[in-house]
Parts: sequence; structure tokens; C-alpha cells
Amino acid sequence: MSTPSLDTSTAVPTRPPAGVDFGHRTFVLRGARFGLRWRARTLVVVTVLAALTAAVTTWALASGTYPLTPAQVWAALMDSPDAGFARIVVVEWRLPRALAAVVFGAALGVAGAVFQSLTRNPLASPDIIGFSTGAYTGALIVIILTGGSYLQVAGGALVGGIATAAMVYLLAWRRGVQGFRLIIVGIAISAVLGSFNTWLMLTADLEVAMSAAVWGAGTLSGSTWEHVAIGGAGVAVLLAAMAFLAPGLRQLELGDDAAMATGARAEPVRLAVIVIGVALTATVTAAAGPITFVALAAPQIARRVARTPGVTLVPAACTGALLLAASDLIAQHLLPVTLPVGLITVIIGGGYLVWLIVHEIRRRA
Amino acid sequence: MVSGTHAPTAPGPGANGAPVERRPVASSNSRRFLGLLVAVAVLVVLALVSVAVGSKNIPLTVVLAALADHTGQGDAYVVWDMRIPRTVTGLCVGIALGVAGALIQALTRNPLADPGILGVNAGASFAVALGVAVFGVSSISGYVWFAFAGALIVTVAVYVIGSAGRGGADPVQLTLAGVALGAVLGGIVTAMVLLDPQAFDRMRTWNAGSIVGRGWDILLPVLPFLGIGVVLSVVAATALNAIALGDDLARSLGANVTRTRIIVIVAVTLLAGGATAIAGPIGFVGLMIPHIARWLTGPDQRWILAYTMVLAPSLVLAADILGRIVNRPGEFPVGIVTAIVGAPVLIVLVRRRRASGL
Repeated sequence: MSTPSLDTSTAVPTRPPAGVDFGHRTFVLRGARFGLRWRARTLVVVTVLAALTAAVTTWALASGTYPLTPAQVWAALMDSPDAGFARIVVVEWRLPRALAAVVFGAALGVAGAVFQSLTRNPLASPDIIGFSTGAYTGALIVIILTGGSYLQVAGGALVGGIATAAMVYLLAWRRGVQGFRLIIVGIAISAVLGSFNTWLMLTADLEVAMSAAVWGAGTLSGSTWEHVAIGGAGVAVLLAAMAFLAPGLRQLELGDDAAMATGARAEPVRLAVIVIGVALTATVTAAAGPITFVALAAPQIARRVARTPGVTLVPAACTGALLLAASDLIAQHLLPVTLPVGLITVIIGGGYLVWLIVHEIRRRA
Repeated sequence: MVSGTHAPTAPGPGANGAPVERRPVASSNSRRFLGLLVAVAVLVVLALVSVAVGSKNIPLTVVLAALADHTGQGDAYVVWDMRIPRTVTGLCVGIALGVAGALIQALTRNPLADPGILGVNAGASFAVALGVAVFGVSSISGYVWFAFAGALIVTVAVYVIGSAGRGGADPVQLTLAGVALGAVLGGIVTAMVLLDPQAFDRMRTWNAGSIVGRGWDILLPVLPFLGIGVVLSVVAATALNAIALGDDLARSLGANVTRTRIIVIVAVTLLAGGATAIAGPIGFVGLMIPHIARWLTGPDQRWILAYTMVLAPSLVLAADILGRIVNRPGEFPVGIVTAIVGAPVLIVLVRRRRASGL
């Protein structure tokens, strides 16, 4: 069992020898067993993103049919004795949903970054392994056959998603899982399930089909403290595990040969990382439905804003959190009609990605 | 199994150092030609079966007799006015989607690319949703031009976004722009239909993708566009072989990269836009048939295109026939069956051989 130590990390070729100027400032943190090196721009970007997320969350906590000032929100959060009714509104009613947006957004951002790094393909997201489609199939069956409570639908989604992901991994397994084969098998299985979903929607009654479509778009409207506690704990454990695997993931980006030459064990790391990526998506999907675009867009947006050479986990997590929190604020309060948050993430995430691409091209030209 | 000592026929290194088995199934031109003949024979059989099978089965001898008989009575009516238009629609849509897929994968050098990636499906479905929700369109012949116009406009928009700047259309930017714009439009469509139950009902039918009830009046006006698309794809095939080596190398070999890109994108737009206008979004054909063609023939785009033009309509017809048989006297829309028929084939292929690069 290898523990992450300075010895292995010095073998990573991206690490510059002391005293060489690579053109951007870095912060280095060295411990006995851990080394951490962050570029200054990444650090600033992460701080700004976190601050923006906090601001958006405060705004979401303050708005609604019982409007509050930021000061009242703060008092309620700090459990000050004169908060009164505001405490119930903020802590009991609004906080679960706002927290769910932040936590689930971060989880989706990391899941997307993991899969894009693993397959070295900017189109990859946990969807390629069929999870979202499978989860939708599971949920559709529960909704259409039984009507389904929140927990039953979540259970159906989990079973459907995990069964699909396991099936894709097993079918792609042939003396190890190669990234390209995983993508193709994932697409094939997703296409089959997607067809099945379309057929289920066609056969269902109009009202049932529409409520299923709302779930399928991804919505946070059912969030309670119970769901957030379960989901949040799951996400926290998974993100902590991911932090340990991150160096190995970076090594895998060099290709299996180079990764193994620099001390990573390619196949176990890949399996562990896939499991964590799928588990993150599973947690979010079970609680809120398949909110698809965050996982695809957040790593790409983060990469461009932080100007890192590849996709990176922490900026992707912060971008995902901000994207989902802001989208939920818009979906809930800023539009004349109430829409599932998944539609807003798609529209603003996609729109921002288009703008970034145009901007990037113009700068290069 | 072929061992790794043969010269690899596709560019690019093995991904994890395993012995490279890159020889295609048909490794010489005479074998490729023979394979193509077999595929054409299969397609002809499928076309005949497609005319014969349905909620009213017609024996093949009667089909052949009806082909000569133009009276328009009884079986001849079913053959001439229902089954033949449907079969021809399947052929055209299949060819168009397959060729569009092969072109877009070669152009973007991305095996995940399908014709929908340039925003064709998103544009078509956005325009149809707009037609349904705002203008109250409710017939297939009304959808066609909305879908075609939407596909064209959105593809042009994706191209403009993806090719801004000095270097022309960078495939990665083009792909990301298409995905992003497609997602935005998809989100707007879902929002529109969730707020309007009647539009939701019509869109879920259109979204399934079907070649039923598309008469000559719908097919014929779109056919010239598909024809131009196929001709352009044949023109671009040789240059795409050079582009597979990378833009710089292609230029130094004398290929005109920018011109080829424009030709290919015009072709993809016409083909995929036309097919989607006729049948609604049919997934999987454009994504997967080029892969299968590449496994069979190796990386030469000319052979890939030839095989795709035969295999893609075969898949569409086979899926359509199966959709008629399984659920008698009801039918599954072809867009639902294509993936169910095609996916197992693809999984068997991807497990048996190493995936060929682009």
C-alpha cells in the first residue's frame, strides 16, 4: 500500500525544480507526508468563486414570499434571540434547498472533472457511463407504474443508475477497462435506455409524463433537511476520498504507460475514481433528478477561468456549486414562471460556455 | 485473431501498450469490394422485406407482381402508396444520417461526434417546438420546413461561433460550441413544452422519430438537398483522409483544410437537417454506423463512406421492420428501435476488436 508522500510527488513531471521560473506564481505548502502546490491564479479564482457562491446563497435565503434583509438572514443563521419568525423561514424552509444547491453543484462539478480527465475528452461526463439515463429509466418506471413518493423515486433512480453503470463497466471490461471502449459501451447502453425512456413517455398518460419530465429535468424543489443531511454526508465522504486519489488521476492523464512509470497503479486508481464519480452523480440524481449540464460545463468553465492546462478538481467543484446555486435562485425567484432548476443550469451554463469560447477565440486571434 | 506483428493500418499509438490489433476485417481492396457487394445484397433483401411486412403481410411474390401492376387496387395500393414511400424514406434518412455521421467524425477527429453535435437536432426540435407552441402547427408536412430551417440556422450559428478568429473552425471549439448551443436550445424547448401540455404531447411524438406516413409530398422537396449533401461528401472524402493526420500535416500534403471544412459542414447540415426534417430526431445511426464501417474497412474515408451508405439504411430499415413485427398490430417508432437493434452489435464489436482510432 503506497501512501502519498513527497517521494511519489517529486516523480510527477509537472513539478518544476526549485528556482526555475515557469511564468506564473505558485504557492507551495509542504508537510511531512503531503505537498501542495497551487498557482496564484487558481487560488484567486477559487476564492472569488467561493465568495460569489456565498453571496448567491445569502440572496436565495433572503428572497421569497417573506422577504428578508441580508442582516436578518445573518441573524437567523447565527441563532440570535431576536430573529423570531425569520429563523424558521431561513433555517427550516430555505436553508435546506440553498445548501442542496451548493453541495450537489460541487459534487457534479467534481464528477464531471473526473470523467473528463479520465477519458481526456471534453465531451465526457458521468452521463457517458449511462448513469443519468439509467437513473431516469428507474425513476420513470417507478413514477409511471406506482405514482411513487419522493423516496421511492429516489430509490428507483439509484437502482436504475447503479445497475446501468455496473453493466457498462462489466461490458467494457476486457483485460482492463480502456477509456475509449468505456465511452462506446456507455453510449450504446445509454442509447438503448434513452429509446426505452422515450417509449415509456409515449405510453404514459399526459399528466404522468409531464411530472416525469419535470423530475427528468432535475429539480431541487423537494429538498428537506433529511435529504440534505443524507446527500451532504455522502458527498462529503466521497469528496474526501477523491482528494486522496487526485494525484493518481493527474498521473493517469499522461497515459497508462507514463502513469505506471511514475508510480501510479493505473487500473485500481481508474476503478476507484470511476466508482467515486458515479457515486457522486448517484447521490445527486437520487435527491434531485438528473441535473445534467453542470457536470459537463463546470470543468470546462473552470479550466478557462482559472487558465489551467487541464481540468482541475477544486475549481470545477466551486464552479459547479456557483452554477447550481445561481440557477436555483433564478429558477425559484427571478423568473415569472417556476421551472425545474435543471433547465436553468442548461441555459445559463451553456450560454456562458458559448460566450467563453467566443471570448477565448477572440483573444487568441 | 491477427497478431500485433502486422503493420498497423490506422494512425495513432496503442493506448495502453497492449499488442495492437489494428487490421480491419476486410484488409484488401478486393475483400472490401466483396464485403460491399454482400452489404448491398442485404440492403436489397431488407428493402423487399420492408415492402412485404407490416400489419398486413404481403407475400414476396405478390409484392413483385404488385411492382409491375400500377392499378392502385388492393395489395398494389398498400405496396405503392404506403410501403414503398416508407421504405424509400427509410433509405434516404438512413443514408443521410450515416454519411453525416461519418463526415462529422472525420472532420472533428472525435469519435463521440454525431450529426447532432453541430446543433442539427437541437435546432430542428427548437423550431418545431416553436411552430407547435406559438404557431399551432400540428401536421408532419408543417413540421418539415420548421425543422429544416431550424437545423440550418443553428448549424450556421454553431459554425460562426466555432470558427471565429484567425485559424478558422477549430474542431474542438466547433464541438464545444455545438454541444453548448444545443444544450441551451434543448433547455428552452423543455421549458416551453413543460408550460404547455398540448405542445408537450405533440413534441413527445415528434421526438421519437418515425418514418411512417411520410408521403412523396414530404420526401420529394427534401431529396435534392440530400442529393447535394451526398455529392459534397464524395468530393470531400479524399481530403478528409489527409485531415485525419492533423491540420498541419494535411496542409503540408497539399489539402485545402479550410475549403474541406466548409464543404463538409455544408454537407452535414444538408444531410442531417434534411433527415431530421423528414423523420424527426433518429439517434445512434449517424454515431455508430461510421464506427462499424471503420472496423470493417480500416481508416480510408472513401471506403468508410461507401460502407456507411449501405449499412446505415440497412440499420434504419431493419429497425423499422422490427418495430412493425414486435408489437403487432401496433408499431414502435423507428427512432426508438434503432438503438435497441444497433447497440448490441456495437458492444460485440467493441469487445471483440480494439477500437480503431480516427
